[in-house]
Amino acid sequence: MSTTKELWVFAEQRDGKIAGVVNELLSEGQILCEKSGYTLCAVLPSDNGAVLCQELYNFGAKKVYTIDDPKLKDYQNDYYSRAVAQLINEKKPEIVLYGATTIGRSLAPTVAVMVDAGLTADCTQLDFDVEAGNLLQTRPAFGGNIMATIICPDNRPQMATVRSNVFKKTKISENEAGEQVPYAVDLSGVPERMRRLESVHEADNTIDLNAAQFIVSGGRGVGKPENFKIIYDLAAELGAAVGASRATVDAGWISHHHQVGQTGKTVCPVVYVACGISGAIQHLAGMQSSDVIVAVNKDPDAPIFDVADFGLIGDLHEIVPEFQKQIAAAKN
Amino acid sequence: MNIVVCIKQVPDSDKVTIDRETNRLNRAGVPSIINPFDENALEMALQLKDAHGGKVTVISMGPPQAEEALRTALSHGADDAILISDRKFGGADTWATSYTISLAIKKLENVDLVLFGKQAIDGDTAQVGPGVAHFLDIPTLTYAKAIEVTGDTYKVTKVTEDGYEVWDIDKPCALTVVKEANQLRMPSLKKKMAAKKAEIPCWGFDELQPDEEKIGLAGSPTKVSKVFAPPVKLNKEILSGEPAEMVTELIKKLKERNVL
Ligand SMILES: Cc1cc2nc3c(=O)[nH]c(=O)nc-3n(C[C@H](O)[C@H](O)[C@H](O)COP(=O)(O)OP(=O)(O)OC[C@H]3O[C@@H](n4cnc5c(N)ncnc54)[C@H](O)[C@@H]3O)c2cc1C
Ligand SMILES: Cc1cc2nc3c(=O)[nH]c(=O)nc-3n(C[C@H](O)[C@H](O)[C@H](O)COP(=O)(O)OP(=O)(O)OC[C@H]3O[C@@H](n4cnc5c(N)ncnc54)[C@H](O)[C@@H]3O)c2cc1C
Repeated sequence: MSTTKELWVFAEQRDGKIAGVVNELLSEGQILCEKSGYTLCAVLPSDNGAVLCQELYNFGAKKVYTIDDPKLKDYQNDYYSRAVAQLINEKKPEIVLYGATTIGRSLAPTVAVMVDAGLTADCTQLDFDVEAGNLLQTRPAFGGNIMATIICPDNRPQMATVRSNVFKKTKISENEAGEQVPYAVDLSGVPERMRRLESVHEADNTIDLNAAQFIVSGGRGVGKPENFKIIYDLAAELGAAVGASRATVDAGWISHHHQVGQTGKTVCPVVYVACGISGAIQHLAGMQSSDVIVAVNKDPDAPIFDVADFGLIGDLHEIVPEFQKQIAAAKN
Repeated sequence: MNIVVCIKQVPDSDKVTIDRETNRLNRAGVPSIINPFDENALEMALQLKDAHGGKVTVISMGPPQAEEALRTALSHGADDAILISDRKFGGADTWATSYTISLAIKKLENVDLVLFGKQAIDGDTAQVGPGVAHFLDIPTLTYAKAIEVTGDTYKVTKVTEDGYEVWDIDKPCALTVVKEANQLRMPSLKKKMAAKKAEIPCWGFDELQPDEEKIGLAGSPTKVSKVFAPPVKLNKEILSGEPAEMVTELIKKLKERNVL
């Protein structure tokens, strides 16, 4: 009997919407499936999976395992891990990928110990070693100081989490064909040990750093909290989100939601503009995979220039408003 | 309340570099610290103890020198410390680390709460907390920033991508704690003195009686196959001069790259 080898992507949904990172993983999964010959599949726990399958086919899933249960409507670690682990134990996929979201970072490590799988965190690069049949999982560690390639030679599945915006998503078409495979799990035996009482979204476009194509970030060089206005003004002109270094967050100039770096958010916009940020390794850990990095700093020796594509040496209080002015002028 | 806090001793990651020729970590002489997020877990435990009484036990798995991190935790106010150390535990990935730490916690009685940092700043995986919770068969929430004791359960606020959630979770449970939760109190002189002299038991293979297949390198499904220095940027352009001219040039270049 030949086992059909499969690569799975955990199809995270919130309020019936597929998370952006899922489509990014499917797009990367397609490349890995071309190399490995595996079949690209998605696993979708929810209360009504049928309505979400088409989107997953459009990004490359050939098969979607839907696990429908009212208990799986919103994320709950016990129910979700039971459902996904049971499906893994039954179907034995080769590879399972998860978005490194707050949900994926609870689910994946729980499932990993349940199914005896290795789990590689926050991969920034995935490749397939055809000869050995191993997934090559590359990730930064030590706050971005080193890169490590991790393999799981003896255990299956091989599992990895990947942050948002690391891979690009490419929709194949609006009406790709695919197969829905409903899978039933019995969750009645899982004790109800936790209950979500409240879920609050603090909507603010300038904070949605993960979705942003453009980010303008301010550091201690901004000087004082009021001066963040020029950062916000440039961001508004560019349709950008606003980021910040930890020094400014710790000083109380801006809320921690904006912090980029090892202990803040990891971002990967098309353009990252760092203004008055020195470029400490912990800050770089959160933004150095941006497509294009622009640095504005008055110190020509600032380490931020080591990772910048374009460096502007000078006073940000002159350069930032000038940048905004010229962008505004170009629009008219 | 009996609270267990898991703390990891980590190199001050600011100072770890990689030798670009040998691809080895330069760790010599790098100072060790308590993983910064574990300080927030410890402070959360101390605040609960202040409010409800009880005991805070800190546990660390690592080489013998991890004892230093435990003494530091005692000087900040933890009551007891346990070191998990054995050559046989070396080389553990998060799977084997979670298993080993869970065996130590199982030896403690009447644990009401197990706290972890959000992630360790060296390994950076954030996987050990949920792993331990599963081996202990207790529920878990990640990214906790506040906790309240409400009878037999806890009310926990956890941070999400775009806001927060409030959960009611059964006792005992495991939480991973974010930085926003608090700031660790200063050590007191008296506790510092006591911490120096404290007896810290070391639990190894004989004490924990683990399944040999599940510990150390052998019990670790992931293997680090190579480490290397992050790539450096080539072709960078540094502009200087009049702000208006620099900006005009920048906009031109960004357009050439099709990003504007
Ligand atoms: C465990 C740990 C975790 C950390 N996590 C993070 C993290 O997640 N994110 C993070 O950002 N940091 C983090 N840090 C802190 C980090 O090490 C730095 O301290 C911080 O990033 C510095 O912020 P900054 O660049 O704004 O400030 P500084 O380092 O003070 O840099 C200010 C820069 O502004 C420039 N400047 C000043 N005035 C002007 C002007 N008028 N025009 C132009 N340029 C000007 C200066 O030349 C300087 O380069 C962490 C540290 C540790 C130990
Ligand atoms: C370069 C490199 C890359 C690695 N990548 C992976 C990987 O992708 N997958 C993998 O499974 N392993 C990986 N490892 C191994 C992993 O770092 C170790 O297993 C480590 O002991 C625990 O993982 P962590 O540091 O990521 O901790 P995290 O899971 O980030 O730690 C979370 C919390 O758990 C607690 N904790 C963690 N370790 C201990 C401890 N020893 N004692 C007490 N409490 C603790 C602390 O409260 C901590 O805040 C890697 C190691 C290296 C050197």
